[in-house]
Amino acid sequence: MLQRLRESKSAQGTLLALPTTLWLFVLLILPLFLTLIVSFGKRSPDGNVIFTFTLDNYLRLLDPLYLQILSRSLTLAINTTVLVIFLAFPLAYFIARSRPKRRNLYLFMVLIPLWTNFVIRVFAWMMLLRKEGGINIILGWVAHSLNIPFEPLEMLYTPGAVLVGMVYEFLPFMILPIFTSLEKIDISLFEAAADLGANSIRTFIRITLPQSMPGIVAGTILVFVPVMGTFLVSDILGGRQVILVGNLIQRQFLDARDPPFGSAASLIIMVMTVVVTYFYTRKFGFGEEIVAA
Amino acid sequence: MNPYRRSPFVIVATILVYIFLYFPIFGLILYSFNASRTNITFEGFIPAFSDRVVMDGSIVTASPCGLFHWYCDLVRNDDVLEAAKNTLTIAFTATIVSTILGTMAAIALQSYDFKIKPFSQLSLYIPIVIPEIVMGIGILTLFSQFFGWANEALNLTGDARLALGLATVIVSHIAFMVPFVTLVVQARLQGIDKSFEEAAMDLGAREWNTFRRITLPMIMPGILSGALLAFTLSLDDFVITFFTNGPGSTTLPIYVYGLLRRIVTPQVNALSTIWILVVFLAVLLLQMFQNRDQEKSA
Repeated sequence: MLQRLRESKSAQGTLLALPTTLWLFVLLILPLFLTLIVSFGKRSPDGNVIFTFTLDNYLRLLDPLYLQILSRSLTLAINTTVLVIFLAFPLAYFIARSRPKRRNLYLFMVLIPLWTNFVIRVFAWMMLLRKEGGINIILGWVAHSLNIPFEPLEMLYTPGAVLVGMVYEFLPFMILPIFTSLEKIDISLFEAAADLGANSIRTFIRITLPQSMPGIVAGTILVFVPVMGTFLVSDILGGRQVILVGNLIQRQFLDARDPPFGSAASLIIMVMTVVVTYFYTRKFGFGEEIVAA
Repeated sequence: MNPYRRSPFVIVATILVYIFLYFPIFGLILYSFNASRTNITFEGFIPAFSDRVVMDGSIVTASPCGLFHWYCDLVRNDDVLEAAKNTLTIAFTATIVSTILGTMAAIALQSYDFKIKPFSQLSLYIPIVIPEIVMGIGILTLFSQFFGWANEALNLTGDARLALGLATVIVSHIAFMVPFVTLVVQARLQGIDKSFEEAAMDLGAREWNTFRRITLPMIMPGILSGALLAFTLSLDDFVITFFTNGPGSTTLPIYVYGLLRRIVTPQVNALSTIWILVVFLAVLLLQMFQNRDQEKSA
């Protein structure tokens, strides 16, 4: 037995990969199948799952109330991703075009907010967006110095607050992959473009943008997928006003005690994210940029 | 032409984005020194030291720790200490296991051919393409169904009943951390020069010795950054922990989330400030470590 193992490369490989593969199978793949089975089930009066076969949970999602929640989440995920691309690009470009010695410092400054806890970052925005919070204080100062009458704005518990929170949470996930692909551009390409008389806009469109596509693709996946499932940001910054699919699912498993309905909803968002990722990566490839982040 | 020249538009946009990234963090830190207990408006710093805490309404006017009143308050809070202990226990255990498993898998995927290889490789991408909440509720369903069945089948009662707790959180954390470790180590393995291994083998070194003396030292930086990444993912995790924790396994993010839905005293700001400082030091250490590694290999 041991002799055979020593000789067979294939057996060695299987043995090395088996613990990880088994772990992922039991805790990631099996739960997905279980979620699928539960989504066809019914809830019992005490909130347990009765295993049957019914499409009721999926049909319930077609109710205008839930369709609205789904489309709101999708719109928010798209808006967040687009905004994040626009904010991340100049910063990533700035870092990629700085002298190599400085790059580490600038990247370091992106990593600090990224590694500060997710919950803490939402809390920070909760404090800023309050009626008595930092943004209103600053707006008040500005209005005062310009002699304009100022009434504190109601910003917390609005869709805008959720959008800002999402953008803040996921911005670094776009900066890092775009930076990684921009950094790879050979600087002589820019020199060649300049020598051949291309202006900066033309250089940007013909060189910088195409070369940064792998980064934008990786970043889009890293932003779009989590935004679709996040319930924390809307929970804290949106209050009862902004309910997303994430909040809907969370409630089915905690307050409402209707796991079959929650399972159906979570499979729908999984299908949405997998479809987006699939078409996106088929078109542009699945690069190392994802790992870089 | 200077290739490092950037247009003024890029520079201004960069400064604005950095302000956007840091403004909330500085606000958070400032309010950790707030004299006001209700923490809604900033009522100035805590002005004086005294033997015991002196309050004027909800304003702290003097404290044994002075300016750092809320930090002292925090250290005396048993719930916080318990949550901190849980967070670190989970992160350390899960990091050790996932680093070992992930490194093994990376070596297998990089240097061996075997039947389940495509499946093993593909399963690594699950945590990237599937929202965390979907994994969270899936794992919760798995545990609750399995525990329900096992408790019934084995006739477990009282404390012996299987339930959500530290163990379920650790097991679930490992599941989403392993893929990241594997991918990072795999990337490092791709980058190493095979000729060193071949030279060792040519000189008669056995496979294990070649691995221990040549391959392992070369991929060590990859393993360490994979481990550090895994550790921070675990520290930072909210969603998976939210669905898999039970009584007695509250982590710091879960604890803070609980507070956000009620009253938030500056204690939470103090906790956040300490967290930010720890992250700052950790990232600094990682950068120094990577720089040294780059200089060595250069």
